This record gives sequence, C-alpha cells and structure tokens, in this order.
Amino acid sequence: MNAPLGYLGDQPLQRLVPAEPIVRLEKITKVFAGRDGLPVSALEGVDLAVPQGSVLGIIGRSGAGKSTLIRLVNGLEKPSSGRVIVDGADISALPEAALRHARRSIGMIFQHFNLLSSRTAAQNVALPLEVAGYDKAAIRTRVEELLALVGLSDKRNRYPSELSGGQKQRVGIARALATNPKVLLSDEATSALDPETTRSILDLLARINAELGLTIVLITHEMAVIRSIARDVAVIEGGRIVEQGDVFDVFTRPQHEVTRSFLGDETGRALPPYVANRLQPEPKPGSQAVIRIGFRGPHATDPVLARLARDLGIEANILAGSVDEIAGRPCGTLVIGVPEQSLKTTIDFLKQYGLDTEVLGHVA
Amino acid sequence: MSPEMIRLIASATGETLYMVAVSAGIATLLGLPLGIFLATSGKGELYAAPWVNRGLGVIVNAARSTPFIILVVAIIPFTRLIAGTSIGTSAAIVPLTVAATPFIARLIEGAIREVDQGLIEAARAFGASPLQIVLKVLIPEALPGIALGLTLAVVSLIGYSAMVGAVGGGGLGDLGIRYGYQRFMPETMLAVVVVLIVLVQVVQSIGDRLSRHLNKRVRHS
Repeated sequence: MNAPLGYLGDQPLQRLVPAEPIVRLEKITKVFAGRDGLPVSALEGVDLAVPQGSVLGIIGRSGAGKSTLIRLVNGLEKPSSGRVIVDGADISALPEAALRHARRSIGMIFQHFNLLSSRTAAQNVALPLEVAGYDKAAIRTRVEELLALVGLSDKRNRYPSELSGGQKQRVGIARALATNPKVLLSDEATSALDPETTRSILDLLARINAELGLTIVLITHEMAVIRSIARDVAVIEGGRIVEQGDVFDVFTRPQHEVTRSFLGDETGRALPPYVANRLQPEPKPGSQAVIRIGFRGPHATDPVLARLARDLGIEANILAGSVDEIAGRPCGTLVIGVPEQSLKTTIDFLKQYGLDTEVLGHVA
Repeated sequence: MSPEMIRLIASATGETLYMVAVSAGIATLLGLPLGIFLATSGKGELYAAPWVNRGLGVIVNAARSTPFIILVVAIIPFTRLIAGTSIGTSAAIVPLTVAATPFIARLIEGAIREVDQGLIEAARAFGASPLQIVLKVLIPEALPGIALGLTLAVVSLIGYSAMVGAVGGGGLGDLGIRYGYQRFMPETMLAVVVVLIVLVQVVQSIGDRLSRHLNKRVRHS
C-alpha cells in the first residue's frame, strides 16, 4: 500500500512558486446539437484557472455541464468558442496527432473504471505505455512501480472481473499515471463506490497529489469528496460557474443558492424539521428570532455563547449545530433562538467577534 | 450400407468441409474489416463517415436479403470471372463467400458495438489513435462475441453449402438430394443428415468453448 513514491521520481516537485496555472479555461462556451436538431447550450462563458499542484473540485448537479467541462481539458470535447490551455499548449486548437501526444500528460479516471475486461490488471496499466511506444522491458518496470504505488502488486494477474470496485479504481489510477501525467482528471471516480472504499481512493489521490505534485481536477456531485481532498472548489450550475474559490471560504460562506443546497446536510446547515416547520418570516408576540452563526477560522473555538450570557445577560437557546473541519481548518454552524428584543444586540455582539450571522426567521 | 456409399459420403463430407472452410476463411478476412468499419463509421464515431456507412449498410442488407439459391445463379458471371468456371466445388466457394461476407460483417459489427463506449473514451484519453483503439481495445474486447458470430456463420455456411449442388458444387446436401431423394435411398438421406448434425454440433461446441475461454468478463472457477 505505501510503496516508496521516490521510484516514480521523474515528476518535479515544484509547488512552492505559483507560476502560470497548469490548466486554464478562457471564455469557454459549448453548444451541442440536441435531439430535435435545436442547439443545446452546455457551457456558457466558463473561465477557470488551476494552479500547478492544486486539487480543484468541480461540483454540480447532473446536467450542470461538469462532464463536458472536464472533457474539454483533455480535448475529448472541443469548445464551441474559447481556449483551453494545458501546460502551455492550446488543447482546443491542436491537430489530432499533437493532441494525442498531449493527452499522455493528462491522465483520466472514470466512474465506471473503464478497464479492458480482456486484460489483467498489469496489462491494463501497460496499455497506455504500449500505445506510447515504450519497449517491453521499460513497460514491465513501470507497471510494477505503478501497481506498487496503488497497492495492487499481488493482483497483477487478475482480470477486472476478479477485482472489487475499489481495486478496479486503483488499476484505473495506475493506468492514468502510467505516462507520468502532469494533470489527473477524475470523472466522478468515487461515485460508484461505497463510503469506505471512497475514503481509501480519496486518500490515495491525496497522497499522489502531495507526493508527486500532480495537479488534480475532479468533478463530483458529492460535497464530501470536495471536502476531503479539494483545496479549491468551483460550483457549476446551468453551464456557468456560479461560485469558486478556496474550499474553506466557499463552504463557510456560500453565496449561491446551489452551493447552499449542496452544503445542506454536509455541514449542519440544514435545519432540523422541528425548527424548519415552525419557522415564520415575521416575528409574533412571544416568538424567538432564529439566527444562524457561522464560526470560521480563529473564532471557531471561542466560547461566544457563554460570553453572550455573561456580558449581556442574553440567554440563547441552541436549536441545531455542528462543528467540523474543512480543508484542515475548524469551522462550525450554530442555530440559536434569542428573544426578539435581544436580536439586534446579539447580532452586533456576534459581529464583534467576526462571526457570520444570518437571521433565518422566527419561531413561536 | 454399401462400401461404395460410405466412400461417397466420406468424399461429400470432404467437399462440404472444403467449401465451408475456404469460404468462411475468405469471408472472415473480408467481413472483419467491413464489420469493424460499419461499427466505427457512424456519426461521431472513430472513423466517422456517415454517408459511406449508410451506403455500405444498404449494400450489405441487399446482399443478405437475396435468397441464397438466387444469389448463386445471379452471380454466375462473377463466379466465372473469379474461379474460371461456374461449375464444381471450387466454383461454389465464390457464392458461398459472397453470401457469408455481409453476414459476418454484420455479426462482427454487432460484437464490436457491444464493447463499452467508456473503453473507447478511456483509450482516447490516454492518447490512443483510432487504429490503436481498434487493434488494442475493440477487437480484443469483442473477441468472445466475434467467436460466437463466426461459429454462427460457419453453421449457416454448412446449411448454404447444401444448396450449391444446383451448380455442381457437390457436398453433403447434393448427395442427400441426388441419392436420398431422387433415387429414393432413405438410409443415405439419413446418413447425410446425421453427418450434418454431427458437423454442426462439433462446430458449435468448439465455438462456444472458444468464446468462453476468451471471455474474461465472468469469473471462471
């Protein structure tokens, strides 16, 4: 499982200086011919930059355009307009032969693994090397390294039908890394796996990113995937990127409604039904104001509720909450109820601490 | 049954095997590329040429819908051009091949189309050329299906070969008609049918076994 990664060493570890982004999408639009012949717009003006060595997660509902987006990066799809620059080359303008060559430095893994059933694990990993014209001895050495990297040396002669889902994805990862790519594209690579296997595949990807300095672009509809390995996130909806940035910032201060709905139950943002059902937009006599407090970064661990009670004598009623860690930083959400007359004082008090507040409504 | 009759059956069996083997071989050589092209030249596919694809499709369908006995007679000039004569066992190989080629092409097209599109996408993603995709992905993955298709084609050819007696092609079918039916020798007819049944059984079980051996999609114990 923990093979010495040094063996794969011709990958330079140059993550310290953020230079030109390794992947850059400029003003991308993509229009398909629909079933009835009418054009269907899949992407509408997408700009995206992925720095070398980073992990970018693109999240969106099905049909949001994320599959099209990731396929633009290795030229499986051509943009209708705009440019796709990968490692300095304009992928969208390369002729076929040059594009095939460029694809060797862009690995890809898939939701359904896409392994050849007629080849063993080792033969599947060897395939991109055969295609690239490596000699037999070089292929053998490289395949062993890769199988060791993904922890499957003992399964080298197994056919995919004899492997579990997680093992198949490991073979897929080894195959994607065969030609020493600079970018790894992950197309819903864990969506067909159970949570535990997902965990182990994500750990492997994180390790590859950290130790090989490989840039990873992944698409998913699962917030948990983004949370566990991505450093940057882009939220895509209706062919547009509606929100993007550092995972911690986007997750703790979601601006767009789609992002919020994805976050929903992930970080305790969804209200428990007994609160949600009673929530009123206007205060009533004797009702309480419901406030959502977002704890981020340095203030995530401050005992603000205790201070609220001690300094101002306001007794808050805790309705829901969770504490979490995103991208290695603590964050939390707390939903509290306070008497209507104390609402303004409470909010001002919380703002002093730099906490995010949002009045959700009122409950009787 | 007289020794003479046994000798006749043996030589007819030899003729049938010869006609079937040669025509199946040539038809496979022609049908394989044709089938691959049919399977990969549709709109948006590897060798996209939708009009050529449609044109070939029409020709293949036309050839396949012509009753074999009519085909045999209709292409006599072509047979003479290729074989130098239109009569005899070797000449019979021409119509058999002409009939089997589009059949095999369709079977191979079907087997290739069964290959998961995701594999083509994966191969494109790691930089394979269309030819590499055909040779290293599509054919190996379709092999179990191709083996079954070719088995079916050989079995059909054994049936077709019974009709080439009409142009002096000889073989088991011809023997059965001339001796068993026209001279009313039911035991000859029976012997011919038994030999045909055995032939088909043997071909089918070899094909099934081969396909199973090639198929790694299911676990073997």
